[in-house]
Amino acid sequence: MTQPAGPGKAAVIARAGLQQLLDALGAAGYEVLGPAVRDGAIVYDRIAKVDELPAGWTDRQDAGRYRLERRGDQALFGFVVGPQSWKRFLHPPVETLWSTRQEGERMEVTAPQPDATRYAFVGVRACEIRAIAIQDQVFCGGPFPDVGYAARRHNAFIVAVNCGEAGGTCFCVSMGSGPQATAGFDLALTELLDDAGHRFLVEAGSAAGTAMLQGIDRRAATDADLAAARAAVARAAGQMGRTMDTDGIRELLQRNAEHPRWDQVAERCLSCGNCTMVCPTCFCTTVEDHSDLAGTSAERVRKWDSCFTLEHSYLHGGSVRQSTRSRYRQWITHKLSSWFDQFGSSGCVGCGRCITWCPVGIDITEEAAALRTAAAAPNRGQDGTP
Amino acid sequence: MAGRARPRLAVWKFASCDGCQLSILDCEDELLALAEAVHIANFPEASSAVEEGPYDISLVEGSIITAHDAERIVKVRQQSRLLVTIGACATAGGIQALRNFGDIGEMVAAVYASPQYISTLATSTPIAAHVAVDFELRGCPVDKAQLLEVISALLAGRKPAIAAHSVCIECKRRGITCVMVQGTPCLGPVTHAGCGAICPSFRRGCYGCFGPMETPNTAALAGQWRRLGAAPREVQRAFRTFNAAAEPFLRQSQAHDDQDDPG
Ligand code: SF4
Ligand code: SF4
Ligand code: SF4
Repeated sequence: MTQPAGPGKAAVIARAGLQQLLDALGAAGYEVLGPAVRDGAIVYDRIAKVDELPAGWTDRQDAGRYRLERRGDQALFGFVVGPQSWKRFLHPPVETLWSTRQEGERMEVTAPQPDATRYAFVGVRACEIRAIAIQDQVFCGGPFPDVGYAARRHNAFIVAVNCGEAGGTCFCVSMGSGPQATAGFDLALTELLDDAGHRFLVEAGSAAGTAMLQGIDRRAATDADLAAARAAVARAAGQMGRTMDTDGIRELLQRNAEHPRWDQVAERCLSCGNCTMVCPTCFCTTVEDHSDLAGTSAERVRKWDSCFTLEHSYLHGGSVRQSTRSRYRQWITHKLSSWFDQFGSSGCVGCGRCITWCPVGIDITEEAAALRTAAAAPNRGQDGTP
Repeated sequence: MAGRARPRLAVWKFASCDGCQLSILDCEDELLALAEAVHIANFPEASSAVEEGPYDISLVEGSIITAHDAERIVKVRQQSRLLVTIGACATAGGIQALRNFGDIGEMVAAVYASPQYISTLATSTPIAAHVAVDFELRGCPVDKAQLLEVISALLAGRKPAIAAHSVCIECKRRGITCVMVQGTPCLGPVTHAGCGAICPSFRRGCYGCFGPMETPNTAALAGQWRRLGAAPREVQRAFRTFNAAAEPFLRQSQAHDDQDDPG
C-alpha cells in the first residue's frame, strides 16, 4: 500500500457524510464557517447544510478581475480562494482592547472576556493553512502572545480541502505552500468527481480529527481513490495561473532599493491598501483611543491597518514613507525579503489575492520578476543614468 | 467635569443645504449628552436664543459664495478659539463649486428673473481658503458618529481619531466584496474614509462624498475606469460632484474635459 496518510487513515465519505460532519461539528459546539456565494463572490460565512456550499460554481480570476461562473458539474469546492481569508475570524478587523469608566474617584478598567468562540473552518486551502501558520508565528511566536488570537486559534478545528484546480492568480507551487495540505489540519478532504461518483477522500491530521470522524458513515479508501486524489492535486499543481521565481529573492529585494521599477509601479498604485487587507498574512493594526462627550468613559480599539496609509509610518513630525514608491517597496520587500529576517519564512504563500483584488491589477509576481530582469542588465546605473 | 465651566459652542451656516447641521440634531441619543458637555451658545437652526462670542468651539457649515460671507467668516474666526469646518461645502466648496467651471453671469441670468439683485462671487470656495481652520471634517453630509468623535476629542484635548486613508480600507474591514474588481467603477480607492463604505455595501461604486483621500492617485484610477468601459465624460462627471473643487478631483475632471467619447 502506498497511502500517503498511512494505512487505515484515509477514508471515503459521500455528500451525506459531509453533512454528517457539519452536523457533528455543530453538535460539538463549533461555529461552523465555510464557503458560500454572496454578492457574486465566494466568501466565508456560517454554514449548516451542504446545500449552502457553492455547488456548481467556479471563480475566474485575473489581475484586478473576479467573476463567478457556472461549472459543468456539481462540485462543492470547484473554486479557489475569494476576497476574504480566515484572518477575519482569527484576527478580526476591529477589536476592542479595553475600556474604562470613571466611577467617582476611581477608574474602572474592563478588559474584554477571553474569546471563547470555537470556530470550525471548512474548506481551508493549503496556502491558507500556511498563512495561518505564519500568523501563528507573528501573534504567538514571541514573548508577548496576542491573547485573543491564541485563544481563537487554540479552539479552532480545521477542515482542509486540497485543490483539484488552480485559479488564474494562484502560485502556491512557487511558494511551496500548496496545492496539497500536508500538515496543520484536523481533517483534510479531496473532492473526487469521476465515473466512480461524487465523493471525498478524507484524512485525519490530529486526534481531534480522528475522533470527529467516528460517527460519520465512511469506507476505507481504495487504491483507485488514492490515485484519483493524487491526480486531482497534480492537476492543480500543473495549472498555476502565476509563477514566482524565488531563487535568491531575499537578496534581490535588498539589492534593488533604488530600482527604477518602483517609480513605474507607483504611477499605477492607488495606495488604497486593498492588497494588504486581503493578504492572509498581513497583520498590521492601528490603535484608536475614543472618549465620550462627558469625559467619563474611554475605550481603546484596534483596527486592521495598512502600510499604504500615511499614518502607518507616522513618527513625530511626519510620515517616514511619503511617496507611493516607498510604500509599495516597503510592502513587497517585507513580504518577500525582510519577513525572513523577522519571522524566519517568506511572508507570501502565493494565494494570489493581492493580484486579483488590486483595483488596478498590480501583480506581485510581475513586479518581482521586473526587478530580476532589469537587475540582470549589465552596467545599469553605473554611468549615472538610472 | 463638574465644577468646570462648560465650553461654549457655536454653529455657523454659510452657503449650504443645512444637511450637516441637521446631523447634529440627528444625534438624538447623544444630544442630551452634548448639551451637558457643552454650552450651546449660538445655533440658530436649533434655538433662536443667540449669545454673543467668544466661543470655544465653532462648527462651520457651508462655503463662501458672496463678499458678505467672506467678511463674516473672518469675524467668526476672530471670536472662535477652535474652528472646525463640517461637510463638503465647508471643506471643498460643495456642489455649488460647479459654478467655478462656468460663467457666473450667464448662470445668474438664466436662473433669476431679476439678476440685477443678485450679488455673488464667481466661485464657491472652502472656508480654509479664507481663514485658518483647526480641523476639517469631511462628508456630504458628515457622519454623525465622526462629528461626535471630533467634539469629544476636542473636549478631551486629544487628536480626533479620523482616518484619512481610502474608503477601500473601511470596505475591506466590513468584509464587502469589491465591486470594482467585479466590473463596477468605484471612487473608493481615491476617496477619504468616513462613510463606512455605504455604497459598496449596496453593490454600488463609491460617489466620493468625502472628497480626496490623503494620497489620491486619481489619474491611475481614471485609467482603470476607462478600461472598465467608462467614457471620458463619465469619468469627468464622477470627479465633478460635491467635492468638484478639491484639487485632486478638479485636476482629474479637467483632464477629461476635451475628450470625446471614442464610441
Ligand atoms: S498595489 Fe493595488 S491594492 Fe495595493 S495599494 Fe496599490 S493599488 Fe491598492
Ligand atoms: S502577498 Fe499576495 S499572493 Fe502573497 S500571500 Fe499575500 S495576498 Fe497572497
Ligand atoms: S468596492 Fe470600491 S471602496 Fe470597496 S474595495 Fe472596491 S474599490 Fe475600494
